Amino acid sequence: MQIYLPIAEISVNIYLLLGIGGLVGVLSGMFGVGGGFLITPLLFFVGIPPAVAVATSANQIVASSVSALMAHIKRKGVDWWMGTVLLIGGLIGSAIGVQVFNLLKELGQVDLLVNLCYVVFLGVVGGLMMVESLRALRRSKNAQPAKRKRHNWVHNLPFKVKFRVSGLYISVIPPLLVGMSVGVLAAIMGVGGGFIMVPAMIYVLGMPTKVVIGTSLFQIIFVAAFTTMMHAITNQTVDIVLALLLLIGGVIGAQFGTRIGMKLKAEQLRILLAGLVLLVCLKLAFDLLIEPSELFSIGDAL
Amino acid sequence: MIRLVAFLFMLLPSLALAQEKLVLGLSQDEVSITATFTGSELLIFGAISRETPPPQNSDLGVIIAVAGPNVPVTIRRKERVAGIWVNTESANIDIAPSFYAVATSGPLSEVLRPLEDLHHAITWDRVVRSAGQDAFSTTEFSEAFARIKESSDLFQMLEGAVALEDDTLFHTAITLPSNLTEGPYRTRIFLTRGGQVIDTLDTNIPVFKVGMERWLYNLSREQSALYGLLALLIAIIAGWTASAAFNAMRR
Repeated sequence: MQIYLPIAEISVNIYLLLGIGGLVGVLSGMFGVGGGFLITPLLFFVGIPPAVAVATSANQIVASSVSALMAHIKRKGVDWWMGTVLLIGGLIGSAIGVQVFNLLKELGQVDLLVNLCYVVFLGVVGGLMMVESLRALRRSKNAQPAKRKRHNWVHNLPFKVKFRVSGLYISVIPPLLVGMSVGVLAAIMGVGGGFIMVPAMIYVLGMPTKVVIGTSLFQIIFVAAFTTMMHAITNQTVDIVLALLLLIGGVIGAQFGTRIGMKLKAEQLRILLAGLVLLVCLKLAFDLLIEPSELFSIGDAL
Repeated sequence: MIRLVAFLFMLLPSLALAQEKLVLGLSQDEVSITATFTGSELLIFGAISRETPPPQNSDLGVIIAVAGPNVPVTIRRKERVAGIWVNTESANIDIAPSFYAVATSGPLSEVLRPLEDLHHAITWDRVVRSAGQDAFSTTEFSEAFARIKESSDLFQMLEGAVALEDDTLFHTAITLPSNLTEGPYRTRIFLTRGGQVIDTLDTNIPVFKVGMERWLYNLSREQSALYGLLALLIAIIAGWTASAAFNAMRR
């Protein structure tokens, strides 16, 4: 069954869009990532114009994140204070990021830089997580208790605040910086930034995995909502019909994802997410290195 | 100036042969894009009216060209730089129809002389143009443009697709794909004898969105902020509803 999308100006199979939404929703609930890094390339593949795909996936991320967040609130898996601090950093960061993005646009080559950003960050984040989780998994098999609270430079800064839910007593500066850098990247790469945020919360801030996902979702909702509004107002590329179909699949998927996530061990969850991130990274790197079948591409007139 | 002179010269033979005229019919005089739009088939038919018996010495031909609204584009070419494929050169194409189909009653070389093609700008390579300085260096880019368009059925060359019966009745069907750009679709019909154009007809077929599609499109352009808020509201309600529904189901 086909449906014509008013903003994308193309007719697409309804079930295909529901399926894409569902798949990304499952991942969103499982890992606390918005799934923007996955849904945008999938939409390109279906034939949605890139500008519409980027803007509409931001809108869909809001829906699946709200759905997943509700499930995490029930389990008290959200550190509201930490989320708020990260969000403040995130909004400052995304304001900076939009400026950087426009600067790159003027220099041309924005596509390439976005792609390189993806490859580098997905590669580094995925690689580090994979190595660390495999090590953790081996440790737990040897039945040695893992040290949860590590003391590094993060714990020696001023303005210390108690984050009860996370069980942390640290300075607000590191979360602000983490939020900011994720905000900058999110604006440049057109994603919620969960795949960078989640590892940063675990490894830099030392938050427990179960709290990380809910808190990340809380922050992503606001960043994605901000991005949606920016795209709707400046580029008019948000397609409500496309978003609706994706989010019907997405919100249902997110509920299943959250339940799957609760059943898995933290280490297993991290290995799966690392594997997924590395897979997308490899695909993007491959596209940059292999000679494309069509060397020419059509873009909007300059 | 040269063009104008050439045009006047061209008019002379066509006036001399003007006893054969085109009469046109269309299956639909507009195409409306609804939510279930998956493309459309445009049926173009007509007749050739004569006051005198047809000349026997040359062959009759009918050529139909349908052009969508012009959307200027930039074509970029990738090259390998330091191991990765990067956009390097680019060219602007200023006259770039979003859709272009040409249907003929026989092989193009027989129904249309190259000079006539040049004057009337019938085939795509006579239509697609760059303005300004790079006009002469963009052949490769305009060819790439046509190739990409052809692969998504937005450019069509349909030789022999016009059925011509008894040298008086003709008809053809042109398939419009679903990813159409809104606007007037200029439809030109050429009647040729021995490759010489002897009569032309020019009409516009409007293509536009209707109903819900129209409303949402207009809202997104005219009330962008409201449209954005509506999109967010739908997202939040959908997310919350799904969560509530799942909780209710578990109990």
